[in-house]
Amino acid sequence: MSFFNEENEAIARDIVGRYPVARSALIPLLHLAQEQEGWITKPAMEQIAELTNTTSVEVLGTGTFYEMFKFHPVGRYLIKVCTNISCQLSGADELLEHVKTSLGVEEGSITEDELFTFEEAECVAACTEAPCFTVNYRYFHRATKELFDEVVVDLRAGESPLSKGSADDQGVMPEHGTLSRVRQQIPKSRCAGIKHPEEIKGPPNWIEESV
Amino acid sequence: MNESSLQAGYVKHAPGFVENKGPKLITSRFKHTDSFTLEKYLSTDGYEGLRSALNLSPSQVHDEVREASLLGRGGAGFPAGIKWGFPPEGVWPRYLVVNGDESEIGTYKDRLLMERDPHQLIEGVLIACYALGLSQAFLYVRGEMALAQERIAIALDEAYKAGYIGKNVLDTKFSVDVVMHWGAGAYIVGEETALIESLEGKRGMPRLKPPYFPAAIGLYGKPTIVNNVETLSNLPWIINNGASAYKEFGSESSPGTRMFAISGHVKRPGVYEVEHGVTTFRELFYGDNFCGGIRDDNELKMFIPGGGSAPWFFKEQLDLPLEASAVGAAGSMLGSGAIVVMDETTDAVKACLSVVRFFARESCGKCSPCREGTTWEEKILQRILNGDGRPSDIDLLLDIGDNISPGPYPAASYPDEGLEAVPFPPKQTTICPLGPSSVAPIVSAIRRFRSEFESLITRRDPIPLSLDVEEVAT
Repeated sequence: MSFFNEENEAIARDIVGRYPVARSALIPLLHLAQEQEGWITKPAMEQIAELTNTTSVEVLGTGTFYEMFKFHPVGRYLIKVCTNISCQLSGADELLEHVKTSLGVEEGSITEDELFTFEEAECVAACTEAPCFTVNYRYFHRATKELFDEVVVDLRAGESPLSKGSADDQGVMPEHGTLSRVRQQIPKSRCAGIKHPEEIKGPPNWIEESV
Repeated sequence: MNESSLQAGYVKHAPGFVENKGPKLITSRFKHTDSFTLEKYLSTDGYEGLRSALNLSPSQVHDEVREASLLGRGGAGFPAGIKWGFPPEGVWPRYLVVNGDESEIGTYKDRLLMERDPHQLIEGVLIACYALGLSQAFLYVRGEMALAQERIAIALDEAYKAGYIGKNVLDTKFSVDVVMHWGAGAYIVGEETALIESLEGKRGMPRLKPPYFPAAIGLYGKPTIVNNVETLSNLPWIINNGASAYKEFGSESSPGTRMFAISGHVKRPGVYEVEHGVTTFRELFYGDNFCGGIRDDNELKMFIPGGGSAPWFFKEQLDLPLEASAVGAAGSMLGSGAIVVMDETTDAVKACLSVVRFFARESCGKCSPCREGTTWEEKILQRILNGDGRPSDIDLLLDIGDNISPGPYPAASYPDEGLEAVPFPPKQTTICPLGPSSVAPIVSAIRRFRSEFESLITRRDPIPLSLDVEEVAT
């Protein structure tokens, strides 16, 4: 039984084709599954195993190492509040407390309207812009309680709050699971050719190796 | 400085970046709103470095990079040109893995470079692949950095279409594929062998050493060069202008510029491109060209000079230059260019716990001294903060640290108490430096602020046994 819809299955095969060894596509395919379903399901892991020449246990084994993969449903918007040192020095603890009380749920669980889940985050590389929170991995810098409230109001109203976030990141806020809103496309005519490492015996033709 | 001059230099569309006075080698395009497009890149000398490189032989390009003494910008500061020479002769294929998994506490530079100037990075990747005969490059972007992934995906597409990547680059014999890969949230994947494991579709656990460098045995067991985003972003400039021009900036042992993120209690936190080795921490924190002083004109209490893994520095170290060797000899490291400044109002125990907790959460669990030790450290610090600490806890913390990182842990000098600097790096009982890194804040905080720990430890009663001893005996 296939998990991926037709479009995603084609994308999955395309991704696998970019790596010399299929297993390297495992993490990108877990992301693709999460993009389709919002979290990682058992059928997803079974099909990823098929596509990457692994077993579903190996997919689970790899997947559970990485905190971005959720093996249970989460809200449509995953809010991550950084509480590491730079953010903490700038009031992250108070912000986290506010997030918790205003959403009225514990860390990791889903609000009643199924819109939000929040988590504490480890350093997200925005330390000079502390404190910082992200929504579906979109950045909100120099955050205040008021900014957080405005973002929640926008999301509840079905509007994109990105104009209030990092000045560099605009457009539509994707649902949980979608990271990059675009995908790399390697045109067949331009591809240098992906080969299994054992198929390559000597140096490439622009290298003259001194012996 | 007044309010408005503190705002000066911030570039709105490059959040945190401060366009100040001084040479700009890798952030020169940040001022343009469309710096990430191919069009803007080409109109600002883009891909000229690649063209120049293709007119040289691969070994000439390698020589130029070696000559420039470009130091790796990921944390260890190893010279890139020398690392490039490590693949064993006659073993092919060889790969490039770009480390864009920036996640060290306080570090914010690679994300900006990927978001604001992806073509500069790609050009650096291509120059490296040409020089070293690499078959394929993987650009490993941290999973959480969605915008960086978008910018790189689009830039790669543009570069493929325009003939800079792929088959017969610019109608030469040079052919290479560059694939964007993205992670899924694990700090440890920044360690280069863990990065390779992750790229092979496995749990991101560091590999046992030796071999010490994946340049010998790396991705798929083949020689693999792992370079940081900022390191590679320097290559177009170096090839365009030459190694000797590059060495005019910075100091002899640390040439060029580098990006520093200064966060915490300064008036103008930000990401600055700073000339290596000539600027001091004092200038960086107090100078008008940089952070403009400590928040509210408070006193400086301590600062982390190179990411969460670095032992702390204090007022005594303010006049050190931003140079790897000088900072190392003084007992810490410049690491990933992440500087966190803390003023007199900071609670040293709480700050220590914050950093330790990060390592406890991010330990991959492979080596027991780190897996168990970091968790114990966190628990003990937490109970001290909660008022449940025991008098023996301070020594216990140091003892656990000694199990992860034996011997005197690197630390800054403390002339008032006659303490000498212990130079970096530390010894370790673990495969990678994550565990030893958790010891850094503990040793630093206890050595300097022991009284703060002691004042929190007020309980003198023995730890109660949870079971009745007589009951157990019968």
